[in-house]
This record gives sequence, structure tokens and C-alpha cells, in this order.
Amino acid sequence: MSLCQNDIAYDAPEWLTGEHMTGTTIMAVEFADGVVFGADSRTSTGTYVANRVTDKLTQVSDKIYCCRSGSAADTQAIADYVKLYLDLQENETNEDPTVEVASRVFQMLCYQNRDMLSASIICAGWDKNKGGQVYCLPLGGMCVRMPFAIGGSGSTYIYGHCDNTYKEGMTEEQCLKFVADAVALAMHRDGSSGGMIRLAVLTKDGCKRLNIPGNQLPTFWSK
Amino acid sequence: MVSLAVDNMLVGKDEPKGFLFENCRRNAFMAKQGVTLPKARSTGTTIVGVIFNEGVVLGADTRATGGSIVCDLNCEKIHYIADNVYCCGAGTAADTEFTTRMVSSKMELLKLRTGREGRVISALRMLKQYLFRYQGHVSAALVLGGVDVTGPALYTVYPHGSTDKLPYVTMGSGSLAAMSVFEDGYKVGMNEEEAKKLVRDAIRAGIVNDLGSGSNVDITVIKQGSVQQFRPYEVICKKSERQGDYTFPAGTTAVKSSHDMVPFSALRVTDEEVMEIS
Repeated sequence: MSLCQNDIAYDAPEWLTGEHMTGTTIMAVEFADGVVFGADSRTSTGTYVANRVTDKLTQVSDKIYCCRSGSAADTQAIADYVKLYLDLQENETNEDPTVEVASRVFQMLCYQNRDMLSASIICAGWDKNKGGQVYCLPLGGMCVRMPFAIGGSGSTYIYGHCDNTYKEGMTEEQCLKFVADAVALAMHRDGSSGGMIRLAVLTKDGCKRLNIPGNQLPTFWSK
Repeated sequence: MVSLAVDNMLVGKDEPKGFLFENCRRNAFMAKQGVTLPKARSTGTTIVGVIFNEGVVLGADTRATGGSIVCDLNCEKIHYIADNVYCCGAGTAADTEFTTRMVSSKMELLKLRTGREGRVISALRMLKQYLFRYQGHVSAALVLGGVDVTGPALYTVYPHGSTDKLPYVTMGSGSLAAMSVFEDGYKVGMNEEEAKKLVRDAIRAGIVNDLGSGSNVDITVIKQGSVQQFRPYEVICKKSERQGDYTFPAGTTAVKSSHDMVPFSALRVTDEEVMEIS
């Protein structure tokens, strides 16, 4: 997935030309008090795992996080820009930015630069107007609110499972189990997702982080 | 292949900054016609870094290659960024040299502006934003390490501008060999000597198992308020000594008679023809 190099005769090694992190599983679910995030931790360059403990859940403001998938360089740059814009807004208005505004800033960057970027992002968080919200931003720069969102190459394996398992009005614990199980299933089938499961619960009280190590992943389906 | 208009001072006020791609199509066409294009000197490299209880150890091999030729047996791949920050470079030698030099000068200016010692994260930001701007055309794969007020820090920077923060990292063509040594031998809270030995072993794995890496192990140890450089820390590929003597003493070949040997001055040119050699 290299950019702009197609017209140059170039035979550098894979670790140099290869862009980072194309395979991922990311997820976010709304619940009454906030949102639950989940992601695998694998960053790959071609067939090499460049980082096995990546944190794809990136903070953009106090109570807004995003899950990154696609090119690592692109999504890191976008998240940095969003962080900048939200910081400026927070300083000007003296109020926490809303999740809707954050996702619109993501959308603006993703849509206006859609020819140059390969980034699909889930933006989610909590604000005092609408509570917990999840916005899904796939490749072209669309932005839509969803009760739960999955993304990355691993997500294709778990659409059925998620549609089947998701129920409205789940508690925090139920959401955590839903996310952990779904991400574990995706990691099991998707070669470019793996490592450990990183989870986060975001409520009005802030963010709580949880990790499930690679040797303690849920294996409910094999029983 | 790709030319860079460096600065307004050099190319005139109206010239746009940045890369020019106008020759790319021509070069691709020439390559198709069978013209071999010149290759940039790249450092097929093993570079590593590891955090220990007091700071950071950075390591590198010292081979620079151009295609299959070893251009430099003892090149320096651990670059100075600031007094408390150093950076190992893999990729195109010129790109790593100039990006680190540019960031080094920006860090010095930042230090003078703020009156404080620069942080590793500042250097990281400068590097990643510069590399992202050039969309991977600046082939610099870096290991950035240092110690600041927040403690030791270690990062990898990829040519497209993505970064990772890890306690032990490897980069370059020998990174796979080096990483296998780290994955086996890394422990949390190592002391300086253990960390140096581990880095030595990792670079050695790169030098021995990767064709792009070779020669010596360079090590830089950064601690709070001190930097120690070992160049070389250890010579891995020592040039072997010649075992025998192949110069033959005069008179080894017997001359049976000097009768048939005609001196050149005795020859008379009767006919001559110029041969063209193409």
C-alpha cells in the first residue's frame, strides 16, 4: 500500500517501502454511561510484525478517543491534527469539545485528503450533550453515528457475530465481554490481527484502560 | 532520480520548495529501455536500542553498501541530535544524515529559545512530521533514543512518518535477526552492563546473519547527564591475516638462453595498421 511510488522503478527492501499497519481489528460500542473500545495490538509491514504491543486507541481530547486502522503514518498524523484542533477549540471556548465536533474534524481531514490517505477510523467518546457516542469513518471520508462500530481487516470476519450478539441497553460489563469476544474472534481468523486485546471504558468520569494478554484471550467458541 | 530543491537561497525566490517529480517518467522510460540507473548509497543496516534502569543504549553496525558493494567499512550510523538525544539511521545514507542533522540544529535552536534541555519527544515530532510531509520519499528509518526530564525514552520512526514507543527496538535489514535476540534476552530493569551486552549480541546477530550489515559494533550509552560512546565497542568482522607469502624471489623462473631475445631497438617497422578498439 505504498503511495506515489508506483511510477518509479524502485526495488528497495520491504521494510523500507512497506507502509505500516494495514491489518487491524478495532471496535467501539455505546452504552448508557459512555463507550467501550477494543483493538488488537499488531502492527505489520508486509509479513513482518513491526510492533506486537501497539496501542491503537489514541486519545484526542480528555474524553474522546479514536481507534486507528489503515496506514499507521496517516492515522497518526490525522490524530495529531485532530488533537491540535480540539485543543485550540477547548482553549477558545473553555469547554470540553463534543464527540460530534471531533468526528467532524476527522471527517474533514479524511474527506479533503481522501486521495492521499488510507485511513479508516472509529471516533468515540463521551460529552455532556449526548453522552456516549460512536462515529464510524470508513475509507472515503464518510461519517456516521452507530450504536456499535467495527473496523479494520479483521472486522470482516465478525460482522455476523456482532449483529447476532449485540443487544440494546447492555451494561458496561456486557459491553466489555461483547468487545473482547468479538476482537478475539477476529484475531483468531485474521492473520494481520493479533497480539493482545486493548480495551478502554470511557465515561463522564474519564477513561479506564484494560489489557488482555495474548495468552489469556477468550476462547469461548472452542469449548 | 528525485531531485530536491533545497532552499530558496540556492534555487532562487520563485522556485517551489520540495521534491520535483518531473524526471520520474523519463527515468522510468530510460530504465525500461535498459539504462541502468545509478543507485543511492544505502545503509543495509542493523540498528537497535534498548532501555535499561538508568537510561538508553543505542547500537549500530558500521557497514555502508551501494548495491552489492561495500562502500564504507566503518561508517558512523549513530547520529548526534542533542547532548541528551541520539539517533541511529537506516535507509538511504544521505537521507538519514541530513534529516538527523536538520533536526539536530532545530533542537539546538529550541534549547536556546526555551533555555531548557530539549526533550526526546520534540525530536520525534520534528522527525515524524518531516518524514510524513515527504510521504516516504525520504528513506530514513530511525531509532531515536535519549534521556530527558521525563526519564529515558526510545522510539522508532519509519520512512512514512509512523512512530512506535517500545522498551526495545530494532531497525534496518538486520532488524529481524536483532529482534530475535532481544525477544529472547530482554529483561525489565537491566543494568548498564547487561544492556550493553544484549545490544552487542543483537548487532552481532545482524552482522553475522544479514548481508547488508557488517564490520563493527558501535554503541552509545545515554544516561541522565552523561553520554558514553564506544566506537567501536567490538570488531566482529576482523580482516584475516595472510597466511603465506606469494612473492617469488628473482630467478625463480629459469632462463635457458638469452640468445633469442631481440632488443626492441633492433626491430624495423615495415608495415603498420591502426586497430580500432570499441
